[in-house]
Amino acid sequence: MHPLNQILARASGRKKVKPGEFIVVNVDLAEINDLYLQVLLSFKEMGGDRVWNPKKITFIMDHYAPAPTIRAAENQKKMREFALEQGAKNFFDINRGVCHQVIPEAGLIWPGMLLVATDSHTTTHGAFGAFSTGIGATDMAAVLLTGEIWFRVPEIIKINIRGKIGKGIMAKDIILYIISQLGTDVALYKAVEFDGRAVKEMSLDERLVLCNMSVEMGAKATYIRPDEKVIEYLLDVNPEKYKEYETMKWTEDENSEDYESVYNFDIGKLEPQIALPNRVDNVVPVSQVAGEPIHQALIGTCTGGRINDIKIAAQILKGRKIASSIRLLIVPASNKILEKCIKLSYIQAFLYAGATLVTPSCGPCLGAHEGVLAPGENCISTSSRNFPGRMGSKEAKIFLSSPATAAASSIKGVITDPREFL
Amino acid sequence: MFKPIIEGKIFKVGNDIDTDQIYPGRYLYLTLPDEIAAHAMEDIIPDFSKQIAGEDWILVAGKNFGCGSSREHAPRALLCAGIKAIVAESFGRIFYRNAINIGLPVLKCPDFTKKVNHNDSINIDLRDAFITLYNPERKIPIEKYPPQLLSILKSGGLIPYLKKYGEYSHLNNKI
Repeated sequence: MHPLNQILARASGRKKVKPGEFIVVNVDLAEINDLYLQVLLSFKEMGGDRVWNPKKITFIMDHYAPAPTIRAAENQKKMREFALEQGAKNFFDINRGVCHQVIPEAGLIWPGMLLVATDSHTTTHGAFGAFSTGIGATDMAAVLLTGEIWFRVPEIIKINIRGKIGKGIMAKDIILYIISQLGTDVALYKAVEFDGRAVKEMSLDERLVLCNMSVEMGAKATYIRPDEKVIEYLLDVNPEKYKEYETMKWTEDENSEDYESVYNFDIGKLEPQIALPNRVDNVVPVSQVAGEPIHQALIGTCTGGRINDIKIAAQILKGRKIASSIRLLIVPASNKILEKCIKLSYIQAFLYAGATLVTPSCGPCLGAHEGVLAPGENCISTSSRNFPGRMGSKEAKIFLSSPATAAASSIKGVITDPREFL
Repeated sequence: MFKPIIEGKIFKVGNDIDTDQIYPGRYLYLTLPDEIAAHAMEDIIPDFSKQIAGEDWILVAGKNFGCGSSREHAPRALLCAGIKAIVAESFGRIFYRNAINIGLPVLKCPDFTKKVNHNDSINIDLRDAFITLYNPERKIPIEKYPPQLLSILKSGGLIPYLKKYGEYSHLNNKI
């Protein structure tokens, strides 16, 4: 049985599960962000009084950090009050960063767990060997009440990525290319496993990008078989959980029957990739659109704001200045990452280059605040979505790229292949 | 309240309509039904909520309707604006769940969008899983709901469902 199904079987108290079955599972962690006051409203409406287990609930104020409007501030205030009243101590306020970075940093993610969160990019944590998926507010309210949620056991797609990762090529380039080849609905209602030499060689930060972006092809959950890099992470953030993980009856055996389909990619010759407006699968090599003017560059978010992303951007920008026509926003994914960036002098390099530092958070990715776009503006972004109106005006255009491409483009003020700076 | 028969006029939209287009991120701090409804489809269909006011409409979309964010505001905005059901070739996974959870019927039907025009009147039978089109009259099958989902929809959504049953252990495979 595939590891994802082993997780579902354990969580549903069954010996085995198979795709298409409806099961009710126990949730190991439920995570709610500040966009979802509706969770508390639905919880009350269901007749909820006390949550099922305050230790398994976490709140994070990341989408509106710090609050841009009175209503957003009120929503956060109500969440703080609710968490306090319920004794939910895992409350991450506006000083922590994006959920998909902060929750793993806090040691709350481990291989074999079942996590639900009110955010579609929750697929990210498959890179740690967890079954993790995004849900809406009313589903979450039911989790708060019962500790359970129903799932249809998903079919599993396997994506093998082979080849040596070229200079200046990042996980973002690889996943954009894969989405362009397979389409935005290939994994609808299904789970995706990534495997292959290139994935094994990637840092954990880079694997998180693959899993994060998988929701853009419809994925319900993702999986990468945990290896020494995941164990190293777990030993660092939560040694107790590592002991538990070691004792789990776990099989990583591969069985071709576990997969509905298998796709193979060789990325050995891949060039830097970019998704053109307004679709994540509208992808071309950067060289094909080089020279297109850019008004804003965003390096950050749960997709592209980890230390590895910022390091590469800093390497490119160090000692250089951004074009006078451009605004470069740097949004580290968490305060811990920001601290590291300060220690490593990345932030100094960005400030010297003329960048604008934004609070570790979701930033302008969802068009709520902190750098929204005007009509007619072009933005190159390391975030996950370029839908119309996603980052402000529906007449603005968003190009999705790797942090390296975004950094190189902000020096020239036009879309630029990063390899000339590396 | 659950109605097994839904009648209405078709409001047609395209493929891959994402949740940012259904409900822009800049309004996610809103929670009241009327204020949410006012911004439904705002960026792609100006005055959408006013256009559909006073009549029963069924939204008909292509593939991957509601892809993107987990925001429950998206189906809520459509429901609060007065949309009675959505028929699409496929749905974004979270949108699909969210819609059922709030009692908005979402129905999968391949190629349906090619068979109908904007403003056509149709009749949906949820129990027997078909849609009736007129001029000429014909019946088109839709994907049947698994009994688990139908039980949530029949209750009027997950909130009344849980109020009634207190738990969902009977949602486990066989019911």
